[in-house]
Amino acid sequence: MTTIPSPAPIRRRSTPEELEALPLLPPSATGLAEVVRRRYLLKMLVRNAIQSRYQGTALGWMWSYLQPAIRFCLFYFLFQVMIGRGAGMENFAVHLFAGMVMVHFFTETFNGGTMALVQNRSLITKLAVPREMFPVSRMLVAAWHTVPMVAILVFVCVLLGWTPDPAGLVAIVLGFAITALFGLALGLVFSVANVYMRDFGKVAQTLTQFVNFSVPMMYPYTLVHERFGEPIASYYLVNPMAEAVLLIQRGFWTGTTSDPAYTAGIHLPEDLYTRGLVMTLIALVCVVLAQRLFSRLEARVPERL
Amino acid sequence: MTTMIKVDNATKSFTLSYHRSLKQLALAKARGRKTHDVFNAVDDVTFSVKEGEAIGLMGLNGSGKSTLLKLVSGVMRPDSGSVLTRGRIAGLIATGAGFDPQLTGRDNLFLNAAILGMSRAETLRKFDEIVDFADLDKFLDTEVAYYSSGMKARLGFAVAINVDADIFIADEALAVGDRPFKRKCKKRMDEIVQSGVTMFYVSHAPGAVRNLCSRLLVLEKGRLAFDGDVDEGIAYLQYDDDDDDEVKGRGKYTSDDGLGADI
Repeated sequence: MTTIPSPAPIRRRSTPEELEALPLLPPSATGLAEVVRRRYLLKMLVRNAIQSRYQGTALGWMWSYLQPAIRFCLFYFLFQVMIGRGAGMENFAVHLFAGMVMVHFFTETFNGGTMALVQNRSLITKLAVPREMFPVSRMLVAAWHTVPMVAILVFVCVLLGWTPDPAGLVAIVLGFAITALFGLALGLVFSVANVYMRDFGKVAQTLTQFVNFSVPMMYPYTLVHERFGEPIASYYLVNPMAEAVLLIQRGFWTGTTSDPAYTAGIHLPEDLYTRGLVMTLIALVCVVLAQRLFSRLEARVPERL
Repeated sequence: MTTMIKVDNATKSFTLSYHRSLKQLALAKARGRKTHDVFNAVDDVTFSVKEGEAIGLMGLNGSGKSTLLKLVSGVMRPDSGSVLTRGRIAGLIATGAGFDPQLTGRDNLFLNAAILGMSRAETLRKFDEIVDFADLDKFLDTEVAYYSSGMKARLGFAVAINVDADIFIADEALAVGDRPFKRKCKKRMDEIVQSGVTMFYVSHAPGAVRNLCSRLLVLEKGRLAFDGDVDEGIAYLQYDDDDDDEVKGRGKYTSDDGLGADI
């Protein structure tokens, strides 16, 4: 027998006078500004995604340390021990891992964003939510999962005698800003494209494969210069992820070497900061354009899901 | 009276794709077959709703009721024309609100409330009421994936009905609940209407619409075919025929006839 509790009386939300003062609007507000305005909902989506990631696992959040650590060991063994790539470079392991942190943040933002709408079908088809919310939340989830990796990186760097310098910190911030914005722009575009054609999910996966090899992570930037010479080396730098990885190398790796200025002089391009700044602005423009495209295409998302 | 919902020449068309892969598309083109079809689920619909009105929306399956509701709730946007609303909208579209099946009932409760525009403080204030209403007991901390359809509907309805809203919409919300729950919901919806909240209610059950609503819209193939008095609308739909009794096996004026039970 169901007990019927006596519920509190229904309250009207607004008095007739208040209602009259409210504007007649389209029932759902959209856009990135709306996402910022509804931070509480965003926070909840992020928290839920983080929680469900390791749901049912015995080790739980430990996995977010274990997985990158294992991947790092694998790469390290392959390049340092087997091939001997790191022979000419000081602290190659840090070089590799710093790059991995950035690439991981990017790939998770990009791939997560691409799947964001499709995976939240049950919410999107029934409730009015600003749909930009989902790619943005994936970016924040990726950022959250990058924290343990940065912690490992800082720990290793401090062991090697790294002390943070202001210019290096600026480089780190710029690097993450480029990655976050660029990943978000791609996430927005691919999330909505993926609704129309699921092929885009596969395209995103394929593209992220390239990222591993197109950034100075498993090899130094100098190698590109040595092997391919000038025109190609500058094309290489057009890749925002290459720039972001170079910035994080400046932030962590060069500081762990015996002569940071010398290392930076050899292994980093000259105008690193100018490029970083320009790239951040370009990434910002990409986000704006991506949002425009997103809002044009998303009108038909619920029925296509 | 303030206009709460204003729908002007709203049209929403859906594309039916018969083929998705390139190979199928090419074959269909080569054979001169249709590759896709476009139809208007909602076709040039115009009406407006004043504050405190209780609108019933009826029509046969596929007449565009749910699509119109989605346009009003903001889930979908019209291809042409406009849909404007005032204030906060709460309610349920189809059975079971949008849930994340991996999350527990409790997490989904908070998520749903947040989507409907409630803050954390507001949700906490209403938490006990919602939980009481949903009556899920120990299942509150179980993943929604393991819920029965009735339990999902109860949770969704409990959240929606406890939001302080200016417009309340319900689409067959009660179809899967058991009888005590339906009674409880009906009582609550009556209270909502009495409190002056604008109601937009979709149903196939003439009794429920008659009880709750003061005006009826009837959709036919996406077009607004009738707009006016409830009894006349039900007669227009021929839902008051004798075969009504066959469906329910009871008189058509019984107190809780249907309430969405006859889907």
